[in-house]
Amino acid sequence: MSDTLVPAGGKTGRPKHGKPRRGTRRAKAPKDASLWGDAWYDLRRRPLFVGASFLITVLVVMAVFPSLFTSVNPFDARSCELADARLGMSEAHWFGTDNLGCDIYARTVHGARNSIVVGLATTVVTALVGGLLGLFAGFRGGALDTLLSRITEIFFAIPSILGALLILAVFRTGNVWTVMLALAVLTWPMTYRIMRAAVITAKNQDYVLAARALGASAWRIMFRHILPNAIASVIVVATINLGYFIAAEAGLSFLGVGLRSPDISWGLMISDARERFLEAPWALLFPALFLSLTVLAFIMLGDAVRDALDPKLR
Amino acid sequence: MKRTSAPTVPPEEAPDGEPLLVVDDLHVEFVTRQGVVKAVNGVSYSLNPGETLAVLGESGSGKSVTAQAIMGILDSPPARVPRGEIRFWGTNLLALPEEARTRVRGRRIAMIFQDALSALNPVFTVGDQIGEMFRVHRGASRRDATKKAIELMDRVRIPAARQRVHDYPHQFSGGMRQRIMIAMSIALDPQVLIADEPTTALDVTVQAQIMELLGELRRESEMGLILITHDLGVVADVADKIAVMYGGRIVENALVHDIYRRPAHPYTKGLLASIPRVDQKGRELYAIKGMPPNLLDMPTGCAFHPRCSYRQDDCVVEAPPLYEIGPTRAGACHHWREVLDGSRG
Repeated sequence: MSDTLVPAGGKTGRPKHGKPRRGTRRAKAPKDASLWGDAWYDLRRRPLFVGASFLITVLVVMAVFPSLFTSVNPFDARSCELADARLGMSEAHWFGTDNLGCDIYARTVHGARNSIVVGLATTVVTALVGGLLGLFAGFRGGALDTLLSRITEIFFAIPSILGALLILAVFRTGNVWTVMLALAVLTWPMTYRIMRAAVITAKNQDYVLAARALGASAWRIMFRHILPNAIASVIVVATINLGYFIAAEAGLSFLGVGLRSPDISWGLMISDARERFLEAPWALLFPALFLSLTVLAFIMLGDAVRDALDPKLR
Repeated sequence: MKRTSAPTVPPEEAPDGEPLLVVDDLHVEFVTRQGVVKAVNGVSYSLNPGETLAVLGESGSGKSVTAQAIMGILDSPPARVPRGEIRFWGTNLLALPEEARTRVRGRRIAMIFQDALSALNPVFTVGDQIGEMFRVHRGASRRDATKKAIELMDRVRIPAARQRVHDYPHQFSGGMRQRIMIAMSIALDPQVLIADEPTTALDVTVQAQIMELLGELRRESEMGLILITHDLGVVADVADKIAVMYGGRIVENALVHDIYRRPAHPYTKGLLASIPRVDQKGRELYAIKGMPPNLLDMPTGCAFHPRCSYRQDDCVVEAPPLYEIGPTRAGACHHWREVLDGSRG
């Protein structure tokens, strides 16, 4: 860019394309001053967020296209060779092989999909159910609020692992959807509570009174004026919970009530490897490493999002 | 009231001889754990098109509650209206179903608030919020709504409206925010605008500009303006008449110059005396003794008697009615003649 003269009385902003910018905003401030625009500006500059997003991107690609990472199909029984059981790390088997001679790297890669699906689906269901119920209860108050709040207290009283064990025992089958359902049934009250509290705070703001005074209907106030102001905290908790749901799925699969063979799950792999741990530690360590990294990535993402959306919480 | 003849929405045209807005013997109470708080006890006032009524009183006098009752935005429970009528061109708003009241709000009667920053939604641009009035009530497209928003921002004299229509409330100064709030409230050409302490949160020079703007808008559109304030200085130039409230009642009701020249109620007199004046520099500022009444435990007789320098025995026993003092004024004081003459106090 050639040196252009900044008009006298000068704007401090660096002129773009040789023309001074209109308005009084500082050059460094984000272009979009909305809550989300501001948060995005803030997030991109956070190493925590960048690191977490990178990890999550890799994991999601792994979940959607596992064949990009490995040519071995672990669902094909012919890919395993019993004679090769518990081999160490080698060029042929990067992470070694398990008790049945299956390639651990391929199984770990293919295990990402179930973890991500359970985590995402549970998060979406709890956010929808808990979020909507919380919105209605917080907005309407009264008997509906009392009833829903008492119901959630009952759920809080149930130890979640015990509850999930019980629900899955009733289903008798363990797959992605039953695990999701068991986790969602037990955890929606948390989202409900957070949403309800945020809605009650937003409801008493002057802009809601002003919207009413200018003729907005109850639905409009609820979804246009209250929801956008209350949803930030739900998004943060949902992101952090996503990591916990993935860990919970692994835990339930480990206990034998979650996903079951021939489904591939990191929890299942850990469980299978535990008895021969001293002989073949890699069979346990690699799925455990992936599991930890995934959970960590989502918790870090949630933390970064929370900091960006609400600087006061820092 | 006959079911068949009950109109659902106030008429568009003024019926003969009806003032624009009449508040008639309005009572509002709040049911709390400590008991029933009687916030408004028989308030009556009226407003004609193009007229400015200032409602004056300190915190807890019931001035804002009356306004919120007119708008129908009191939370009930805890609030309830056991008695009274609010007539908009002859139609009792309190008898309308909620759906019809929603149609009155914003279109026929609009309201602006003290703190414009908290009265604007922080997550939407000001253009969105002004334009929303047209989108909700008139079904305008997004593009038309933005165009209208710019026109309105021009009308309330926000500089560079076209550039600033996509800015967020926090990017504006206090005075500009109040202008945006005003733009939203006049978007649908309401016939009544209620301004609840519109300048209290602003500094003095901006106060004057906002009052001037409200005055101009009122003249242009012939709307009735109800100005709620605790600041006598603010209303002097703008208001036509004043209703002074104390303890949930109107204690004095008069044209603005009558009040300033010769108040007929000791409370009004006290308020006037407590305005700082340049020619009294250095002297101690007058203050009304005592505290505003506790609405849960109102004094017997006249609510003002514990603080009143004109008090006599009858004030403690009997609540004064609103005495007619002249053709255009009334005062709720047993001894208004003495107050008017300024013989004591």
